[in-house]
This record gives sequence, structure tokens and C-alpha cells, in this order.
Amino acid sequence: MLFKKVALATAIGLVASNAMAECEIGARVSIVGNEFPAIQAVGSAAAECSGSEVKSNLTADHQKINVAGMSGNPAEYTSAIIANSSIVALMNEDVIRPLDDLVAKHGADLKKNQLITIDGKIMAVAFMANAQHLVYRKDVLEEIGVEPPTTYEEMLAAAEMIREKGIMDNPLGGAYAAGWNLAQEFNNMYIGMGGDFFKAGTAEVSINNEAGIAALEMMKSLSEYMNPDFLTHDSNATSAEWKAGNVAIMNMWGSRVGPLRETEGSSQEVVDNTMIAGPMTVGGGETPATTLWWDGWTVAKNISDEEAEATFIALNHAIRPDMLNEETSPMAVWLIDGYEPTPAATGVFDAANRGSVPYPMLPFQGLLHTSLGEELSDFMQGKEDAATALADVEAAYTAKAKEKGFL
Amino acid sequence: MLLFIALPIISVVTQSLFTPHEQVLEVVENCGPFGCKETTTVNQEATQKLRDAKPLGKFAGLDIYFDRGHLAVNEVSEAWKTRTDMSDFFNALRNLPFYRAMGFTLTHTFTVTPLLIILGFIIAVAVNSLHRHLKGLAIFFSLLPMIVTPLIGSLILFWMVDSRGIVGNALQWLFSDPTLSLKASTGYTWIMLIVYGVWHSAPFAFVVFYAGLQTLPQDTLESSMIDGASRWQQIRYVVIPHIMPLVTFVALIQLMDNFRVFESIVGFSAQAHATSLSWIIFNDLGGETRALSSAAATSVLTILGVAILLSPVLVRTWQDFKVKQ
Amino acid sequence: MKAKAFKQPPALRTLSSLFIILWLFLAAFPFLWTLWGSFKVELDLFSKADWTNAITGARTIAEHGSAFTGNGYEGAWVQEEFWKAVINTALVCFFVVTISLTIGTLGGYALSRSQFRYTFWLLITALIFRAMPPITLVSGYLLPFFEWNLWGILPTTIVVLVAINQPFTLWMLHSFFQKIPKELDESAKVDGCSQFQAFRHVIIPVMWPGVITTGLFSFLLAYNDFAVTSMLLSKENQTMVPKIYSFLGTTQTEGNVMFAVAAVVSATAPLFVLVMFFQRQIVSGLTQGAVKG
Repeated sequence: MLFKKVALATAIGLVASNAMAECEIGARVSIVGNEFPAIQAVGSAAAECSGSEVKSNLTADHQKINVAGMSGNPAEYTSAIIANSSIVALMNEDVIRPLDDLVAKHGADLKKNQLITIDGKIMAVAFMANAQHLVYRKDVLEEIGVEPPTTYEEMLAAAEMIREKGIMDNPLGGAYAAGWNLAQEFNNMYIGMGGDFFKAGTAEVSINNEAGIAALEMMKSLSEYMNPDFLTHDSNATSAEWKAGNVAIMNMWGSRVGPLRETEGSSQEVVDNTMIAGPMTVGGGETPATTLWWDGWTVAKNISDEEAEATFIALNHAIRPDMLNEETSPMAVWLIDGYEPTPAATGVFDAANRGSVPYPMLPFQGLLHTSLGEELSDFMQGKEDAATALADVEAAYTAKAKEKGFL
Repeated sequence: MLLFIALPIISVVTQSLFTPHEQVLEVVENCGPFGCKETTTVNQEATQKLRDAKPLGKFAGLDIYFDRGHLAVNEVSEAWKTRTDMSDFFNALRNLPFYRAMGFTLTHTFTVTPLLIILGFIIAVAVNSLHRHLKGLAIFFSLLPMIVTPLIGSLILFWMVDSRGIVGNALQWLFSDPTLSLKASTGYTWIMLIVYGVWHSAPFAFVVFYAGLQTLPQDTLESSMIDGASRWQQIRYVVIPHIMPLVTFVALIQLMDNFRVFESIVGFSAQAHATSLSWIIFNDLGGETRALSSAAATSVLTILGVAILLSPVLVRTWQDFKVKQ
Repeated sequence: MKAKAFKQPPALRTLSSLFIILWLFLAAFPFLWTLWGSFKVELDLFSKADWTNAITGARTIAEHGSAFTGNGYEGAWVQEEFWKAVINTALVCFFVVTISLTIGTLGGYALSRSQFRYTFWLLITALIFRAMPPITLVSGYLLPFFEWNLWGILPTTIVVLVAINQPFTLWMLHSFFQKIPKELDESAKVDGCSQFQAFRHVIIPVMWPGVITTGLFSFLLAYNDFAVTSMLLSKENQTMVPKIYSFLGTTQTEGNVMFAVAAVVSATAPLFVLVMFFQRQIVSGLTQGAVKG
């Protein structure tokens, strides 16, 4: 981590030193977003622009403040950096503007697949991608003599072998912490089982079906090979378990692979044997049991056209191809033209190439996610059966969706 | 003053009575880095028209209070009708978020508050009997649990009770059960949260009672001694009546704070096993789509809950107040 | 405890001393443990492998060549600029304590001398307000603050914290002033003082213990607050607690737990000093009867 931050600082220095004078803006720019290194790099690259002030407020709580911060007129923030899950909150409240004219004017360098288009209107520009995929210990799998699993069924079999041989008590890892993490794992598994979350074209939920039950049963079987405290292990805790050498196979975020390969807080043995592969499938399905994520920027609606243009220019400058260098490239899986995948990015690329689906960009997906997070933990503890848990989720979702006016 | 006290209460109550408008949905094509797809989205123009007509939102009355996320009247009456016996009915209740949270909140409030008052009292009496020079040190260390940020205090303890942490290990050794994990079972998690609650709040009771002991009328104590009262009788008939008003004060503040238990649930990642009303509010506001009306309704319910809890104390204060006039 | 009659029998004395030792151990141990652990690496402190590592520092030795490392502190203070958060916290605490004590003293005094029935209801409203979870309040404040361009700055947060804290301050000081006999200011008024003069010359000299105690509780509230400060302050104005929380990382990205641990120790240190310094006042303040239901 220390190394990474130093690297980041150097990177910013490098970028700043060869900054080109071409970025001239004529009005204020104010960015709100998450605080991880890749977004910080984008924020500081945007700040290279001269002519007016570029402010950025990068914080983990960005989702709680971005809607309020863009609702005023004029809005406090001219841009919010968001992901596909969180852009819907901004679209629901109608606080971001279509970017078609600005893309036509200034965005010649942007690739077609960077443009997030909804109903023919460009609403955001994506610059990085993420996905959960397989992470495994080469030495452990060699010891039991199996290939890295490509399906969850193989993962279970391998876990059983590792436990039988007495190599590890709880060989599987996973971010199964009750709440957001657990709900996300269900989403992955349900997608892998080929399920659809909603009845087409409506906000009516339908997850209490065979795919839903199969997904939950699979999660339950996996959890039996996990640390008994799995309901409190978020992705931070799961990574820590990995670094301590307690876990041999897990499904983990691509953005966390880099730190797993640093010796700081880990041991040489674990670092040398940490390998990644694409996401697994489940239940004989074709679609990998994972979701694809992008991070991108938007431009506020309630600001003057000058400010919108300045914001677009600054952020477009921040994600121009030559912002990529030795330091910034490993920070993320960039969607920017000219990006050469680093070894840590192969998992995410494999996920995209094998036809994984993006995390659904539905106005009411967030409500379902919260409901899943609340209601699934009873099932994981064996307090109720899968069908009851799913019925509870549906009921909780329906109450929330009625309140928000979706039903 | 009034601005900051009355306005927020009014705004929260209003918010709980109104819900956002019906959203006009439509199916459109959605393209991104991973290809195009047909998805549902909100038709902003049509929804905006509804919003402009009634900016406060749709009047929902008490609907939100009665929906499944809150009092769940329909679900409860359904469970009552279809019950086979009482335990079946309570199981059905436990499956509803509001009642599940109330279950823990009330257990927490009514175990932690008396325990911390008793513990605080014993510490105060014990510290009071210490030698003068030791008192300062003892007071200083006794205050530690109260002055640390709850969120961080609970995180530290959470790390310690991990089955491989020092406390977790000590317990495994104590109960000779190497697989014991406090975090994996509901019962242990409740005990852990209650112990933490007592640990965190006992210093508050201690400080207040200790101060009360300083004003203990020495002559009463002495005369009781001459009358041959035992140590226990002294405490029972002289000390406790003397600090009774302080007990009321501590009970008032602590009932209120324990009813709003929140930080420890987050710090201990205990939401799978224990939730509280404040946690429900946090959860409603923390999601990708924030449920403001729902959070406001839960807040109003919390206030009502506190009012009911405190009503005996409040009635007493009112009587005191009338006497004084 | 001069009187011989109050001497405890030896058995009780031992029992009470044992109890005190046990309690002090329970109260202080987590802090000493954290202090000790803050000089280790993450794997040692959290002992994912074996808890004895936390004492011997096996992994710390492997990584840094000695059983102690100041890496966490260096990272938190130098690299993450934790000192900025410290300054912000100091500002917030200072103003919250000063303002709420000023309002609380004047208001508490006025209420305690007032005969009107509304004072009771005012106190009750204050209490109900305190019962409201702060997080709901903050989400209600968020939108107007953005619109009025007040979001993100320290003064807004100070005002909100004062408002949240005021009911408690008011109750506490109100009960405190009730304990000061009315005859005291009445006799001053007989001597020709105005109400304000009576307050200034008669009440102020005797109110300090109560004010200090109340001030300490206000300070703790401002110092420890997370709900308000995390939502109402922009990144550069952040106070210590949200800053520490931001060290812990998010779902998709790795945090640095050791920075957080070092920062926790750093954040608790000033409180140690404070309690050391004020313990006599806290206790004597409470002795004056600052608190009474």
C-alpha cells in the first residue's frame, strides 16, 4: 500500500511534468467521486487544466452526497464519477445531462465502447472496468493435482480435496458479509444460473424460482468450506485471509489483485503462488457467474453550458491515451485507447470476452440489492429454507419499490 | 434554537407521510463497454410533469408506517390468523425486519441499562474506598471505555474477539472448544454486543455515581453505624436512597442511547444476527437508491419508542416540576 | 474516610481491590493492546495465523527486521496527512464546546429560574429531539445545505453538532442551576443588582464545576461524532473519525488497516491528556450536583 501510494505520487509528478498546455478551460470544474488510486489519478490529471479552478472531492461516501450535491441550481458538483450501479441514482433524479453535443465537439479520441448510451443519448463516459473472478493458489492446487476450476462445482470438489488432505481447514474464500457483499454474490450466482431479476419491462421482481433456489443452495455449499465467520467477512477481510495464507480459492474483485501480489502484509510463498483466471460458471450455464462493472464520469444538468463544456474538456483530458504510463497502467483495467493489459488485468478481460453480463443498470436494482442483503443471511445461517428467504426478499423489495413509486 | 429543534422534527414527520411519485417506466436500448441491451429506465419528462404538479410527492398517509418494512400490519394479522401456536406466531414476527430489530433493541436496552448501572455503582463504591493516591489513577483508567469513539472502540474489540484474536483464543481455551467462534452464532453475537454495551457505558454511570458518593452525608452514615447497621444495610438504606436521583438521570440517558444502538452493530459487522431501528435507517439511506420516506418513518417510530420507554421518568419529572411551582 | 468506623474489614477490602484490578484491566486492556499492536504489521496484530504473533511480532521481524515498526504512524501522519484532520477536529471541538456551553449556561439558567409551564415542554421537546437518530437529521439537512452553498465547510458542521448536543447540555445545566439556591440571586437583587448582574457576580463564580463537566461531555460528542461529520464535510475538511474510517478501504479496493490503527492510537492520545488534566474537575463538577433527574 505504501509502495502504491508512493507510486501514485510519482505518477502524478510524471504526468504533471509532461502536461500539455492544450487543456484550457473557461469555467469552474468540481468533481465528486470515490477515492481509490485510479480515480485519484483521474482527479489529479483533470487538475492539470489551466484557466479556471478544478476542485475534486474524492471520498468513499460519494454516493451519499452526489445526488444532493447535483440537485441544487447551480449544482455544487459539475461532475460525478460513478459506476454502473450508481449512475441510476443520478438518472432517477434527473441531475445529469446528455453529452452528445460535447462528445461531437471535443470527444474525438473517445472509443465507441467508452460511451454509455441510454435511449440513444450519451449519459456517461467510462474509463475503467472491473469484475469479480477466480483467484487461486498454484501450489495448493498442484499439491492436490487439479487444474484451476472453471465451474463452481469443480471449486467445491477441489475444496473437499484440500480439506481431506489436511492442507487447509477452510480452503474457500468469498466476500459473504451480510449486506451488500452477500447480495452481490447472490447476483453473480443467479446470473450464472441464467435467472432474470425482473419480469421484462416492469419493476416486478421474480427471483423466487428454480434458478434462485439453486443459486442459494450453491452459496450454502460453498460457505461450508469457508471460515465459520463468513457472514462478517467483507472483501477487505477476505483479502486479509488470503494474505495470511488461510485460503486457496476465491472469487475476488479484479481491482484487488494488485495488492494481493504485494509482499507487504503477506508472505513470499502466498505472493508467488497467487494466480488469477477468468470467472467460473455454475450449474452448467454458459454465462459466467459474475458481473461486469465500469467506472465513468458524468456531467451535471443544473450548471451553465460553459461549466459543462469546461468539465467535459478537463475530464476528457484526464483520460486521454497518454495519461497511461508505467505508474498509472497497473492501477486499473483502463478502457482508454492504447491500454496494454497488465498481468493483473487478465481476469477482468477474460470475464468481458466470455460474455459476462454487466451489473444491471436498472432504476430499481439498488432496491433489490438492499433487500437481498437484508434477507439472505437467515438462509445462510440455516434458519430458513431457500424458498422462504427468496419470498422474504421479494416482499421486502415490493414494499420498497411501492414506496419509491416503481410499482 | 426552535429552528434547529422543531423544524427537523416537522420535516421528518412530513417526509414520512409522503412518498415519491409513481415513476413512468419505459424500455430503451442501453449501450456501454460491454455491448448493448434492452433495459428499463425512468421516463424523466413524464415523471417530471407529475413532480411539478405536486412537489411534496404523493400523500401516502400512514401507508409507510404499516408496510412490511415497518409495522407490517397485514403480515402480522396474517401470521396471527394462520398461527398454529404462539411460537409459530413469534417466528413469523421474527421474520419481519421491524420486529426482528425490536427484538434485539429491547433485549439490548433492558439488559445493558440495568447491568451498566449495577456495574457503575460497584465500581464507584470500590473506587471510593481506595487510597487517595490511587483514586486518580483508577478514575483515569475507568473512563477509558467511554471516551473512545464507539465505532472505533467496537472495531478494536471486533478484531480481538476473532476466533484467532487474543480474546477469541482465550475463550476457546477457557471453554476447551477449539471451534468456538463468537461471530458465527446469533446467541454469542448478542452476548458480545451486550457486553460491549455495558463496557462502553459503565464509566458514564461510574462518574455520575462516584460524584454522588462524594456528597454522601457523613453524619447519617455515622449514626447508622452507631445504630449497628451492617455494611450492606448502610448501602441499602443510606447510600442508595441518596444517589437515587442520579440513577434516574443515568437511566434516562442510557435507556435513550441503548435504544438507539447502532455503532456497535456496524463495528462488529453483526447485521446478520442483530439489527436495530437505527441500523434500519442507516441501511435505508445507505443503498444505491435511498429510501427517504422509509427512513423518516423509522425515525418517527424510534422517537415514539423512546417516548414510551421514558414515559415513567417523564411523568415523574412533570410531577416534580408542578411541585416546584 | 477518616472515621475509624468506616474502615473496611480485610476480607471486603481484598475483594474490593481484586474487583478494581479486574475492572481496570478490562477497561484498559484493549487500549494497551492497540497501542502495542500499532507498532506491528497487519498480519501480526490481527493474528490470522496464530495469536502469539501479536506478542512476538514474528511477521514484523520478517518484514522490517525488528519487532517494532513506525510504518503505520508514518503512513497516517506523513502520507495521508492525518494532521489536517487533527486540526479540523480541534477547531470543531473548540467551537462546539464554547457555543453549546454559552447557550447552555444562559438557557439553562433562564429555564431554571422561569416559572412558566412552557419551560417543561421546551425541555421535553429538547429530549425528543435528542431521541432522533442523527443520521435522519443529516439526510434531511443535506439538500438545503447544498442549495445554500453551506455544505462541506466546518461552520455548518459546528452548528449542526451544537444543535444535536444542545438538549443534553440544556438538561444537564438546567438541573445544575436548580441546585444553586434561588435565595442567592434574590439576595443579590435585593442589594440592587439587575438579573444579569446577579448572574454575573453571583452565579458565574459558583457554576464552574458543572460547566466543566457538561463541557467534557459536549467535547466527547463533537470529538467522537461520525454520522454528521462524515456526511457534511468535504474531504479536505474531514475530521479524525471519518478520516480513520476512510483508511479501511471499500468493497472494490484495498484499504490500509495499520494506518487506521495508528490513527486510532493517535486520536485517543489527546483524550488521555484531557482526562488526566480534567479528572479532578470532572469529578468535582459532578459533586456539585450537576446531574439530577
